[in-house]
Amino acid sequence: MLMSLSLDDVRRIAKLARIAVTDTELAATQQQLNKIFTLIEEMRAVDTTGIAPMAHAQDVHLRLRDDVATAPDRRDAFQAIAPAVENGLYLVPKVIE
Amino acid sequence: MIEKSLKQLSGMLAAKDVSAVELATEYLGRIKANAALNAFIAIDEAKTLAQAQAADAARAAGNAGALTGIPVAHKDIFCQQGWVASCGSKMLENFVAPYNAHVIEQCDAAGLVTLGRTNMDEFAMGSSNENSAFGAVLNPWDRKAVPGGSSGGSAAAVAARLAPIATGTDTGGSIRQPASFCGVTGIKPTYGIVSRFGMIAYASSLDQGGPFGKSAEDCALLLNVMAGFDERDATSLQHAKEDYARDLDAPLAGLRIGLPREYFAEGLAADVAAAIDAAIAEYKKLGATVVDISLPNTRLAIPSYYVIAPAEASSNLSRFDGVRYGHRAADYDGLTEMYEKSRAEGFGWEVKRRILTGTYVLSHGYYDAYYLQAQKIRRIIADDFQRAFADCDLIMGPVAPGTAWNLGDKNADPVAMYLEDIYTLGVNLAGLPGMSVPAGFDTAGRPIGLQIIGNYFAEAKMLNAAHRFQQATDWHQKAPAL
Repeated sequence: MLMSLSLDDVRRIAKLARIAVTDTELAATQQQLNKIFTLIEEMRAVDTTGIAPMAHAQDVHLRLRDDVATAPDRRDAFQAIAPAVENGLYLVPKVIE
Repeated sequence: MIEKSLKQLSGMLAAKDVSAVELATEYLGRIKANAALNAFIAIDEAKTLAQAQAADAARAAGNAGALTGIPVAHKDIFCQQGWVASCGSKMLENFVAPYNAHVIEQCDAAGLVTLGRTNMDEFAMGSSNENSAFGAVLNPWDRKAVPGGSSGGSAAAVAARLAPIATGTDTGGSIRQPASFCGVTGIKPTYGIVSRFGMIAYASSLDQGGPFGKSAEDCALLLNVMAGFDERDATSLQHAKEDYARDLDAPLAGLRIGLPREYFAEGLAADVAAAIDAAIAEYKKLGATVVDISLPNTRLAIPSYYVIAPAEASSNLSRFDGVRYGHRAADYDGLTEMYEKSRAEGFGWEVKRRILTGTYVLSHGYYDAYYLQAQKIRRIIADDFQRAFADCDLIMGPVAPGTAWNLGDKNADPVAMYLEDIYTLGVNLAGLPGMSVPAGFDTAGRPIGLQIIGNYFAEAKMLNAAHRFQQATDWHQKAPAL
């Protein structure tokens, strides 16, 4: 049986997902997620012993190709849409703390 | 002109009865005159007319293909160089794609002329189009009604004759359900037939592009353009190029149609059931026979899908963090807050809910109980379809339990909307092709779609069945009064 998600659970999931959820949004989010998990719970009781998980309908395997560079040089196009560039570099907020 | 088939338009272009520029101008005018439908997120007349002029020049130089100069509307999920690809999200409202999706490359190479970018549920998550950051699309048949989703803009555009054909994507029903709600034809091909390269990812193991048109014949011609192996998509199938229009006129005598009893059970609206029964009666007249089949785990497709799709979404959408892609919050204190605020501001609530759901089911200690269990049920559902296809050639039934609901009706309860996907999700989980064909109207005048499901690579057979139905009926020729 599903344990309902507590407000702390929702805070923890939001933290893992890197999505800020304000205190005023928290209760509604909890309620909706619990509804979704009640729906999902219908699947947990099904006996799936011996059944292989299915990831792709055709059970294809990753193709191998020759180890040669194929990507064209699109540097100018990518520089053009970046929020900030300088001397051909991409300027981003400080990401190492 | 707007009621002409692609074949007729192609003939008119070849005979110089109309130019690509004239066609594009006509449709741009209709798009602007019907802007209230909100079917398009963006148009760019200069770009469209330049592409139309190039198409006319190619034709004058003797370099035209059959579809050179035909206008098309593209779902805002496909990256298209020089156009904003917002995916219906504030997160990407300023993202100008620096390259073309494989689908766009092929449409451009065929000489199709882009009319604009159609509205959609944010990141293709939704069944009503109300989750778009750019406002809901109105159903052209009844502006109080939703057009369906997530490809609601494409379906509404074809229904309102704002475009002769349009592209879409279908992860859990996002081509078939809006096609049904808007009274147009749409097909989701076998998973792997249309490349996902440049198609902004929602749930990668389920996402599949496909066409919308006024008829099965038009869908077959656009699918011919969209389909094809592409080495840049790791799940693209090395399947020989097909002409999906090759069997359109084949007789249906002896066709065995499977009717899954679970698709006609409790919950199906009476007028939808009546329209589907009438369509089946028409198929019997055309020589088909009917077989009672069972897809016993139909209901389990809902929980299985709503684990797998959010799990994959939570992974795919992690790239929208304010640095690598997307909206960045203006004020923040430190790296974590920058991510959290950027994502909170950039995503709408349905997207957030699915990311949170996916994050939870993939988190430590829950993977086996949720994601692995859902993938096992996925196998059970796919096996059910294979057992059914031992006794029939095509499966038919409703696309959805009801017709288009009123705008706002199901917004408060996301689960109520998820339950509406019951007849479409299994097809995506199994990777099968499915389509929607106009088959009537409910008592309020809202369209009803017949779903046709085929086995893997049965697109030509499905389009054949849909085309013969459309030769015998005129539901697909009905257009809303604007």
